[in-house]
Amino acid sequence: MELFIQQLTNGLAVGGIYALIALGYTMVYGVLKLINFAHGDLFTIGAYLGLTLLTTLGLTNYLGPFGVVIVLALMVMGLVAIVGAALERVAYRPLRQSHRLSAVVSALGASIFFQNAVMLIYGARYKVYPHDILPRTAIHIFGLDIPLIRLLMLLTSIVMMIGLYLFIQRTKIGTAIRAAAIDQGAAKLMGINVDRVIMIVFLIGPALGGAAGLMVGLYYGQINFTMGWLYGLKAFTAAILGGIGNIPGAMVGGLLLGVIEAMGAAYISIAWKDAIAFCVLIIILIVRPTGLLGERVAEKI
Amino acid sequence: MTTLLSLKNLTKRFGGLVAVDHVNFDVEAGAIVGLIGPNGAGKTTVFNLITGNYRPDEGDVIFDNQSIKTLPTHKIVSLGIARTFQTIRLFHKLAAIENVLAGCHCRMQSGSLAAMFRTPTQRREEHQALQTALKELEFVGLQSQADQLAENLSYGNQRLLEIARALATQPRFIILDEPAGGMNNQETAALIQTIRNIRDRGITVLLIEHDMSLVMEACEQLVVIENGAKIAEGDPQAIQSDPKVIEAYLGTDEE
Amino acid sequence: MKDKRLVIYAVISVVLLLSPLFLNAYWVDVLNNVGLYTILALSLNIILGHAGLFHMGHAAFYALGAYTTAIINTTYHIPILWLLPVSGLVAGLAALVVARPIIHLRGDYLLIVTIGFVEIVRIALVNNVFGITGGSNGIFGINRPILFGWKINKPWEFFYLIWGFAAVTIFLFNRLENSRFGRALNFLREDDVAAEGSGINTAHYKLIAFVIGAFWAGMVGNIFAAKMTIIAPESFNFWESVVLFMIVLLGGRGSIRGVILGAFLVLGLPEIFRQFATARMLIFGAFMVAMMIFRTEGILPPLPRKYPIAKMLGREGSA
Ligand SMILES: Nc1ncnc2c1ncn2[C@@H]1O[C@H](COP(=O)(O)OP(=O)(O)OP(=O)(O)O)[C@@H](O)[C@H]1O
Ligand SMILES: [Mg+2]
Repeated sequence: MELFIQQLTNGLAVGGIYALIALGYTMVYGVLKLINFAHGDLFTIGAYLGLTLLTTLGLTNYLGPFGVVIVLALMVMGLVAIVGAALERVAYRPLRQSHRLSAVVSALGASIFFQNAVMLIYGARYKVYPHDILPRTAIHIFGLDIPLIRLLMLLTSIVMMIGLYLFIQRTKIGTAIRAAAIDQGAAKLMGINVDRVIMIVFLIGPALGGAAGLMVGLYYGQINFTMGWLYGLKAFTAAILGGIGNIPGAMVGGLLLGVIEAMGAAYISIAWKDAIAFCVLIIILIVRPTGLLGERVAEKI
Repeated sequence: MTTLLSLKNLTKRFGGLVAVDHVNFDVEAGAIVGLIGPNGAGKTTVFNLITGNYRPDEGDVIFDNQSIKTLPTHKIVSLGIARTFQTIRLFHKLAAIENVLAGCHCRMQSGSLAAMFRTPTQRREEHQALQTALKELEFVGLQSQADQLAENLSYGNQRLLEIARALATQPRFIILDEPAGGMNNQETAALIQTIRNIRDRGITVLLIEHDMSLVMEACEQLVVIENGAKIAEGDPQAIQSDPKVIEAYLGTDEE
Repeated sequence: MKDKRLVIYAVISVVLLLSPLFLNAYWVDVLNNVGLYTILALSLNIILGHAGLFHMGHAAFYALGAYTTAIINTTYHIPILWLLPVSGLVAGLAALVVARPIIHLRGDYLLIVTIGFVEIVRIALVNNVFGITGGSNGIFGINRPILFGWKINKPWEFFYLIWGFAAVTIFLFNRLENSRFGRALNFLREDDVAAEGSGINTAHYKLIAFVIGAFWAGMVGNIFAAKMTIIAPESFNFWESVVLFMIVLLGGRGSIRGVILGAFLVLGLPEIFRQFATARMLIFGAFMVAMMIFRTEGILPPLPRKYPIAKMLGREGSA
């Protein structure tokens, strides 16, 4: 039972990260029908920018631990959002009208570019986050010691997800994003500036991905320039699990995948942890290709 | 006369919408039959049910005394039903002749190994297919544009190319979805002659068309549907004066 | 025009054929790798280029071929080249089993599933599945191939084996492209619904495309295993699949000459620019983006198929 609850909270915390990254994939897919392969690398960039800001600005001299993390998070999110918007402008916008494969290759190229840019700037070795930023205490609940940081992570990602959900459902821009995802042509006719919608999506998605990168840095303490790939792939799996293009779906899919993986690692085999995620993906796609929350639509002929 | 195709209580729903509602009608072998009705009546959906692109929720499709409602589309084609699409679906980046060769495919046999080793049978078959394809292009009057990319043909010629592709499958029954869509008067007149020529080759024709002059001139029998249900059936003169049909068209501001 | 092209091909072939005479062992080995990737990319080209199926897990079939050869050769000492068709068959069968349930998936879904597949295979190899793959150390002590009593050992010997294999592949695949089979793949790539509606069993052709592609990748795995004498899971990671994917798309999907050029560029250029070793992948990534924006169809897109239309029309006209 103890193992179960530890793995559950751990799975939810990691799942929150997956969900945050998955949101970026799903939103971009929603409006552009493109797998943004470079999204995982934006997450990496977030982790590295967080480290740089943390070690150069000396925020800890002025602020308490939570203040530091909040200021850091806002700065990282802002910077990664700019990188994301630039990526869209340079690598994707010129390809809007081309074959979909071209955009996929462009995304792969951008991914290789980012990964190697990070490597050239920071080196190929693992980088270590200062581990005294957040208190390493544990909280005593259900008769168990659960690390505070784990709960904070889960809480943060849930807050961000709810914030995004409200933004998408309640604001005018959110409505425009949903409209563009359903039918770009019709949205255009209704006077929606689709270019702007896409730009906004490429600000929000990367911002959330960057935040996730920072959280991974703070949680695990170690980052590497290639980490975006596996996180990216799993997050994309999560997006499909929930139903791609579907924002609540990405949240549910992320949390679910985190938990499945944590349980698989504990009760099946840790060596097969990554394979479990992909098996889930394949099974879902065979059994229910629209994902858990997606709807089935017949192609009009 | 023998019945070639028979729709029995054919029904298709999309969510809450009943796109085709218990439709019954027969097509006699050797006839030219028109399926008409206002926009959104469910005509294209009937076609898609016949060709296996959609599966009926109720009812059956009988072709040549055999139920085909569970067969995959390519099987239905090889049984002898060919079609064209309302929204032209050519292979745009390929030459006109290759588009027609696509239709020849189902009457050919050779597979990947025969191709790699270029067996005599394979070569003979390729040659014959090419001849068939050219013959069908000639039939619709496009032989001079055989090596043009499909996307470079005029709109009317693209419709004709789709017909040639369908004919290359050597069908007994051809269904045309708005073949005159986008054609000018001259092209439409030529199309009527082409349709008659198709029938004279022994191929039964079922067509959807909004151009009433074409329908009245080319078709010997008409089936009218509205909101998914059949409302009338008969020869063009009878249909023209049928009050239900008039109401269906006037009521929806059509033509 | 056509003659000029033939002359260029002939010159390139002759230069390539003679290159081991004036290149040192290092560069001959580079060309060997280019050759292996050429064949791999040509086999992927059937699936990705011709059938238009987003398959990013080709390294899995390559791995299956290599491990089949390695396992059987090291345990039963069956000569390498006898295992060439066996490796192909194992990979082809795997493709048959794996592809069947996923073949109908939409483009991007297929992409992600095939990525999942290649990762699962790699993880299985690392975890020493069934106790026969040697875990992350892999398998060593694989024999060299013996061809008509000649033991193939040195880089230049492998050069002729690999490029001979490449030549046969090019010859056969060229015929395959220009046939009912090749056309069917293009039809379903252009418009799945229209292809099925023209009487083509699209599911069947997608499956066969996978099987043929996998069969060839398995055979390349066999030669790779013999060339390295030691294989490990890291040689077949997801990045290998990405590299193959890039070769096909940069070179020109559906174009044999494009894919060959792509293999030379993707594998050769990084070797030439070794002095910029660390920055070369960065430049490469940027190049991919630029390439897609300015030349979407790839560097050498396929030429339209030729049919003797004029000849046939002429004959009918005079008859
Ligand atoms: N795949 C589908 N999913 C949902 N609804 C569909 C689908 N296909 C058709 N419909 C709906 O079914 C109804 C009938 O459509 P259909 O295309 O058969 O009409 P039609 O008679 O061919 O009209 P038109 O003359 O405009 O071509 C329409 O309301 C259409 O929106
Ligand atoms: Mg219609």
